[in-house]
Amino acid sequence: MKSRSKDQTVAGIDIGSRSIELVVLNADGILRQLKTPTTFDPLGQCRRLMGELEGGRVIATGYGRKLFAESFGQMDVSTITEIQAYALGARFLHPEARTVLDIGGQDTKVISLSETGKVFKFEMNDRCAAGTGKFLEFMATALQVPLESFGEYALRSDRRIAISSMCTVFAESEATSLMARGERPENIAMGLHMAIVQRTIAMLRRVGVSAPVVFAGGVAHNPCVVRLLEEQLGQPVIVPGNPDMVGALGAAICGKNGF
Amino acid sequence: MPNIHDAMWEKLNLDLEAHAGLLEVLGKFYGDIYMSQQGRLKGMEYLDFVLSEVHGLRIKELQDAKASGKKVVGTFCVFVPEEIVLAAGGIQVGLCAGAEIGKGEAEKVLPRNTCALIKSFVGFKLAKLCPFIESCDLIVGETTCDGKKKAYEIFSEYSPVYVMEIPQMKNASDRQLWKSELLRFKSQVEETTGNKITADSLKDAIHLLNNRRRVLQRLNRLRAADPGPISGRDALLINQISFYDDPVRFTTKIGELCDELDERVKSGTGIAPEGTTRLMLSGCPMAVPNWKLPYVIESSGAIIVGEESCIGTRNTRDLVDEGGRTLDDMLDSIVDRYMRIDCACFTPNTERLDNIVNMALDLNVKGVIHYGLSFCQPYAMEAFKVEKALTGAGIPMLSIETDYSMEDVEQLKTRVEAFIEMTR
Ligand code: SF4
Ligand code: SF4
Repeated sequence: MKSRSKDQTVAGIDIGSRSIELVVLNADGILRQLKTPTTFDPLGQCRRLMGELEGGRVIATGYGRKLFAESFGQMDVSTITEIQAYALGARFLHPEARTVLDIGGQDTKVISLSETGKVFKFEMNDRCAAGTGKFLEFMATALQVPLESFGEYALRSDRRIAISSMCTVFAESEATSLMARGERPENIAMGLHMAIVQRTIAMLRRVGVSAPVVFAGGVAHNPCVVRLLEEQLGQPVIVPGNPDMVGALGAAICGKNGF
Repeated sequence: MPNIHDAMWEKLNLDLEAHAGLLEVLGKFYGDIYMSQQGRLKGMEYLDFVLSEVHGLRIKELQDAKASGKKVVGTFCVFVPEEIVLAAGGIQVGLCAGAEIGKGEAEKVLPRNTCALIKSFVGFKLAKLCPFIESCDLIVGETTCDGKKKAYEIFSEYSPVYVMEIPQMKNASDRQLWKSELLRFKSQVEETTGNKITADSLKDAIHLLNNRRRVLQRLNRLRAADPGPISGRDALLINQISFYDDPVRFTTKIGELCDELDERVKSGTGIAPEGTTRLMLSGCPMAVPNWKLPYVIESSGAIIVGEESCIGTRNTRDLVDEGGRTLDDMLDSIVDRYMRIDCACFTPNTERLDNIVNMALDLNVKGVIHYGLSFCQPYAMEAFKVEKALTGAGIPMLSIETDYSMEDVEQLKTRVEAFIEMTR
């Protein structure tokens, strides 16, 4: 491997369908972390995010990794999958992590790690957005609650009702008919959160849940999802300080350590 | 654009416009997935040609053969013994289809949750897209999975189908049933072709088809080298073409291609560098032009070194014993050979698990990708057992369930790439 001078940086960029995150590392640790929405111009957004960053290695991950690698050919770019990136990021922050859950804008991933931190099994949700951040976003809009406070809002429920539909469209009509019957919207919000958690738990069980579980991705900001997960798993889940940055961080770590 | 084969296709009652659309898609797909490869073998020119003329010259050959009195038999399963058809002077072609194009038509007569393979062949018939189906004098179905079994009832409203009963277990009584089904099939084929099967003609047919299997076995041995001398896609294509092309020509041409491979292996030349991640496919058959998953895998930095499937080793692993003298001996050898097929429609089907594990170990693969078509219950059920058996042998497995559509390609890429990263 090429030797790196002390001020040499390594960047990890995670280009998701909803947001793009950038983490820059130098020899001392995290130098910078930034986040921006993906919009319809992901490459333009990447360019803005990369800003004055010159030289150094860049590791791209996420849905747009290939596109990025093709468009930033003049830089030293390589790619890894989100699975690997989240595993590396979670493990860097919590070296004892054995299970990583990531609920992002449009997909959910569950990764099982060996004792030494190697990925040995993973699952991703199938084609539709059911059970992802998009589902919560859609439902928050339907209930006219800001997405950032949707979790707290749901935690104010006084009754647990089951929403059986996981399909975004059917769940919305189920919610609407519950509203029409006079159900408190907080309770409906709780029901929707329960639905997403139930689906996540099923995925977790498929790969096997070993403690500790690290919960990353944008949805990890939602306190109601965290609470319900802990209830269902019967164990605490660890939410990193910046859960949405874990993928970008993992990519940067990969660049630092080599693969 | 007019095509020189238009008149022939029109006579076969194809929908010319839709068919032109199919050929265009096929051509483009082939260009993207096959012609873009670096360092291909010279011997692949034969396959490029056969594929480009799969609905053209090959159909013309079939038509010419028919004009001279030969009969064409179409099948959907490797259980239908081609030895019988050849011995009666007939020509057998595989009718399994791997394109989505007739799906809309198919869904008018089939439930949506039917596997893509079934939808495809029914769709091809209804949308008048397949010159092979239209060239057949006899179409043979079989009682394997429920989906196909019931689909033949629907298919037979458009083309008559002769259905063979395939046993579901492998006891002595099942063997008896299979023997009687073989004899019933023999009479049917003799009636269709107007030719009696003799000990001599059956002996030749057995030998010919064993040779085709042998050359495919040789291909599999050669491609197991590291660096891999041929891409998995090309090897899959060769297996696919074996269901369409004339068996004598095919065997000769693939023999030549194997000679070329032999030289590559000796000189250590590969299509990918030594040490490239080696993977194996296992599961449902991949019919032309279903190259989606192999393409995703091989464009993610791995090489496929084997296919445990009916368009792969399930079709080529076992030979028919050639020691039989009398017609009856030979028929018994055929019965035994076909009873060894380890299709997921059987219960129990533990041989398949052993075969997969042995193959993965022999080929020294880093992992196995199990491929199931959505709604294919037999293979979906077995995927769990296969995973357990492989994991027990220390070989990781990724289970993929998909169909012929392209909408999940990005997702598949991520999963496959992550699997490759994981096996490093
Ligand atoms: S998978 Fe089974 S049913 Fe399908 S072609 Fe093979 S043997 Fe026949
Ligand atoms: S892929 Fe499965 S469901 Fe489809 S025809 Fe074959 S065995 Fe039947």
